[in-house]
Amino acid sequence: METHGKSYWAIHYLLLAAFVVFALFPLFWLLKVSITPNDLLYSEGVRLWPSRITADHYASVIAHSQFPLFFRNSVIVATTTALFSTLLAAAAGYGFSRFQFRAKFWIVGLMLITQMFPLVMIIAPIFRLLKPLGLTNSLAGLVIVYTAFNVPFASFLMQSFFDAIPKDLEEAAMLDGANRFAAFRKIIVPLTLPGLAATVGFVFTAAWSELLFALMLNSSSAASTFPVGLLAFVSKFSVDFGQMMAAGVLALLPVCLFFVFIQRYLVQGLTAGAVKG
Amino acid sequence: MTWRGAARAAEPYFYTLPAVMLICAVMLMPLLIGLTYAFHDVRLLDPMSGDFVGLEHFRELNADPAFWNALRNTVTWTAASVTLQFGLGLVLALLLNRLFPGRALVQLLVFLPWAIPSFLSGLNWAWLFNPVVGPLPYWLHAIGAMADADNLLSHPRHALWGPIIANVWWGIPFFAITLLAALQSIPADIYEAAAIDGAGPWIRFRRITLPFLAPTMAITILLRTVWIANFADLIVIMTKGGPADSTQILASYIFTQAFQRLDFGYASAVATVLLALLLAYAMALMVLRAALMRRN
Repeated sequence: METHGKSYWAIHYLLLAAFVVFALFPLFWLLKVSITPNDLLYSEGVRLWPSRITADHYASVIAHSQFPLFFRNSVIVATTTALFSTLLAAAAGYGFSRFQFRAKFWIVGLMLITQMFPLVMIIAPIFRLLKPLGLTNSLAGLVIVYTAFNVPFASFLMQSFFDAIPKDLEEAAMLDGANRFAAFRKIIVPLTLPGLAATVGFVFTAAWSELLFALMLNSSSAASTFPVGLLAFVSKFSVDFGQMMAAGVLALLPVCLFFVFIQRYLVQGLTAGAVKG
Repeated sequence: MTWRGAARAAEPYFYTLPAVMLICAVMLMPLLIGLTYAFHDVRLLDPMSGDFVGLEHFRELNADPAFWNALRNTVTWTAASVTLQFGLGLVLALLLNRLFPGRALVQLLVFLPWAIPSFLSGLNWAWLFNPVVGPLPYWLHAIGAMADADNLLSHPRHALWGPIIANVWWGIPFFAITLLAALQSIPADIYEAAAIDGAGPWIRFRRITLPFLAPTMAITILLRTVWIANFADLIVIMTKGGPADSTQILASYIFTQAFQRLDFGYASAVATVLLALLLAYAMALMVLRAALMRRN
């Protein structure tokens, strides 16, 4: 490829810098307000960095609020959802990758449709179905709902990982007398471990972020997830910006950790999901 | 069929059925129930409700100015968000498709918004627009875009742009990632051959890059359009559809009707209309695609 002149690269870097600033600025501001002492928040206005910083907001969020409980609820819901979804999706993705069967077209079609229709449409029916079962205001109810939402996308993602493993490997094992399930467990699963981990990461991120169903199904604060708790806090104490933003930064930590880990698989994840943010 | 043959034929179902059953129970069945709600009087707090009301909800909806306003907003919201996300995402993908020192780090940073939970993106941008803690009102005022340094989200005429900007911020990485993957699959020797033949950068972009990207562009834009039309989180968080329903889109209107008014029947009627519109959109695209295929 031809080389570009200095002026080309100047524009190139300028544009990239603009993208980086746009991407990071909101997060920077979140962090900045979360460490600004209350008395400086109003007196210093829109300064980019406060003249004094403090960890008070974090201390009071952790010690004197319900956020540790919400955080724990979210960790339980997101982790359990990620494990169940990945288990079901690994099986379904393996089925899609290794077999041609009559109902495949319809099953894939069903999974694609679930990615297209407005999910808000089923909020009310799901509430009416779960309520008599005692699954509203319960973490288990959310896990069931989130697992179903994430299985279609996770199945396509797992299928793409299985497709990358040559069929000969398990066929050789099966010739040696192992049945297919044993071949799956002993050969395929170890080879797809990175794929399984990436799927766990994607589903965890999605479950950690879900708001509307959590809002509708779990109204008691004992069963609130982090987004619901944060939103309730915002409408109740809407002047305590330092604490709100400290809580926001805490909500970011798990997803940022997962992001650094799954970003290698982003392309595969987004093309498998295609419709999932 | 022998036992062995039957077992063999059943094997793929052993792997796929657990997922299918869960999806049917938690997504397909509620969807069908939701469709029946649209024709019934279903209000959560009224134990006497539940009667069949036929097309009553749809007549009510036809006379509901908030519904028509939400429909118009859905078009603005979707068109503006998709156009900006796609345009900026394409520019970013082209920039990242070159080798330069530090590219891996830059990529990590510019893709980060994708990982931010939507509730936090919404709150974060709502705070940036808030004159008490956010800088944006002052900056917008300083460049003359706003008469006073106050909250964009409380201006009925322009408030929808708040969630749109948050959505663009959050959605650029999606397009950039998928388009970058498509760009990297274009063989480099095609560009070299074109450059030797004397084709300039613009010609190469139009004659090589665009045709190669076209299928990816088409499919991502189509799917994203549907997804964004359905995406209510940012609006529910940033404006709750206000001030005075001015930022309500159909998806957030459905949620408000179900969550705040607990009127499941009416919410389901609006949802049915949204579903029908999206189906019509998908159908129109398929017809268009078939027509184009015939012409070629």
